[in-house]
Amino acid sequence: MPARTSWIPYALIAPSVIFLGALFLVPLVQTIWLSFSAGDGFSLENYQRMAGDLNFSLAVRNTFLLTLVVVPLQVVLALAMATMVTKLDRGRDLALWVLTIPLGISDLAAGLAWLALLQNTGYLNSALYALGLIQGPVGWLSQETPWALFFAIVLAELWRATAIVLVILIAGLQLIPKEFSEAAEIFGAKPWTRFMRITLPLLKPSLQSALILRTVLAFEVFAVVYALGGRNFPVLAGEAYVWQNDNQNYGVAAAYAVLIMAISLAATAVYLRVLRTRPEQLP
Amino acid sequence: MADIVIDRVVKEFGTFRALQGVSLTVNDGEFVALLGPSGCGKTTLLRIIAGLETQTSGRVVIGGQDVSNLAPRKRGLAMVFQNYAVFPHMTVFENVAFGLRMQKAQQEEVKRKVERAAALLHIESYLDRYPAKLSGGQRQRVAVARALAVEPAVLLMDEPLSNLDALLRLEMRTELKAVLREAGTTTIYVTHDQTEAMGLADRIAVMYGGKIDQIGSPLEIYATPATRFVGGFIGSPPMNFIKVRCSQGMARIGDATLPCPATGKDMELGLRGEDASLAPNGSGIPFDIRVVEPMGSHLLLTGSIDGQPARIVAPPIAKVNAGERVGLTVDPARVTWIDSITGRAIARA
Ligand SMILES: Nc1ncnc2c1ncn2[C@@H]1O[C@H](COP(=O)(O)OP(=O)(O)O)[C@@H](O)[C@H]1O
Ligand SMILES: [Mg+2]
Repeated sequence: MPARTSWIPYALIAPSVIFLGALFLVPLVQTIWLSFSAGDGFSLENYQRMAGDLNFSLAVRNTFLLTLVVVPLQVVLALAMATMVTKLDRGRDLALWVLTIPLGISDLAAGLAWLALLQNTGYLNSALYALGLIQGPVGWLSQETPWALFFAIVLAELWRATAIVLVILIAGLQLIPKEFSEAAEIFGAKPWTRFMRITLPLLKPSLQSALILRTVLAFEVFAVVYALGGRNFPVLAGEAYVWQNDNQNYGVAAAYAVLIMAISLAATAVYLRVLRTRPEQLP
Repeated sequence: MADIVIDRVVKEFGTFRALQGVSLTVNDGEFVALLGPSGCGKTTLLRIIAGLETQTSGRVVIGGQDVSNLAPRKRGLAMVFQNYAVFPHMTVFENVAFGLRMQKAQQEEVKRKVERAAALLHIESYLDRYPAKLSGGQRQRVAVARALAVEPAVLLMDEPLSNLDALLRLEMRTELKAVLREAGTTTIYVTHDQTEAMGLADRIAVMYGGKIDQIGSPLEIYATPATRFVGGFIGSPPMNFIKVRCSQGMARIGDATLPCPATGKDMELGLRGEDASLAPNGSGIPFDIRVVEPMGSHLLLTGSIDGQPARIVAPPIAKVNAGERVGLTVDPARVTWIDSITGRAIARA
């Protein structure tokens, strides 16, 4: 390569760098700075206020609970669906298309759709009433029924965001040559053994991507929770929203944002380490 | 007992017929080579025997049991894949051990059998490496070792030595033959390399265009090809085919005559280059030499007989030059007569 062309790569990535810098890095630095400033100069006051709030420990607990329940369920569901979809001879594209429709729906709209199903006068209660199973409207999403509310949120999140895991896993499955599974079968491996000993290990890179993406997004869960339960089920992103808009306290809101980011980064680091594929084990 | 009976197997991919009614019987302990050019359906047939592909019609019987609709793992066989299919996330040891692990063999037995197979294929020193660190030839040997380690009754191999360099291939070939004979393994060995097939097999099945053209011992296939394709595919140089007119049981080529089957059909003389010898005084079938290639063990002469291209093998010390016309004598018992229309050999009277 002649030396004078060496600036070309930099010129080519410059627009994205500027874009990222303006719309991501600057707000990021601003947010971090905001979270650490109160009155004048550096202070942990915002974090103290955040941690001292009544809803804080609840929000932390709920967010982790949701993530720990939703993400593994999504991975298992997506694995099952991906395995079935890739086995289809005909109509594979159609099946995939239908399964990914929820991806095209915004999370708030998804939350509202599930609200229409589950609220006091919703379709679920109407159906149960028509079947004679209940005498009148039952509140599923109230503070008095925290487990029903939790279950509803889990359901809505599964419906809304499993497809992204599915898409990543199907792409990953298609990268695995079928001969590996065939060889295992010839040498006596039953379907479950083939899945555990061949498919799953070879799918690790895709599983890693899907897990990182889904976990980070799960820690930011907000719109679905807000639509279904309002503040009856506090989560971290929801608290950030409340502090920003209702309390007009940008410092504490920034502290929540930074906390969510720190948790996401930590989770990503864990996945990168635990699910790493050594280069010599790549196909 | 693990004999294999393939009975009128047809395989269609959409509208394309990859196998057009293939029948083949492999006896218990026999080594049969499936030999044919690329794309003739060898891999497809092997995958149907293994159960990885479902035949459109026909049956596969192994050891007296109809396995046509049985899952691969229930057919009691091992296979070497054309593209190896060595598991990338397992060490060479675990790859070779895979079949034994599936059989829930004791660790001690696993170790013993893996080491034995590894020694045979000269891969002992890579046992704790991952396949990505190995060359194509080394991976191929891992695939063969994995199949041998389970000591199968039936072994299917799809071009298992294709990626080895010439010397190693020769050595592996000999060892493979000895081991499989000793173990009495019924083997189907797919190859497009005729020397490999000739050297290894008890019998060779020559495939062409989704059909088996001929099944027989290497010598039979070589000496009495059943079709023009088999004659042209086996042997180096390939058999020459010279169009001649046969009248009243005699074919005339130049000044020479050769007895021919009196069928009244258009026919071709199938003549192996090494079955013709140079006549001492230029008498016999006239052969115009165009190129002389000294091959060490022999001279390869390229030229024409009666205006039709031909290749003849001559002794290394023969005094011949390009541009010369020489005479050839031919043993009438060693030629093949081919029906020009059907391409099949005409039965000897
Ligand atoms: N899955 C498939 N779908 C469609 N055509 C196939 C498939 N597998 C093989 N074929 C076709 O069948 C023919 C035989 O293939 P194959 O058995 O692999 O040949 P060989 O192993 O003798 O080289 C080829 O023309 C190939 O293109
Ligand atoms: Mg092939």
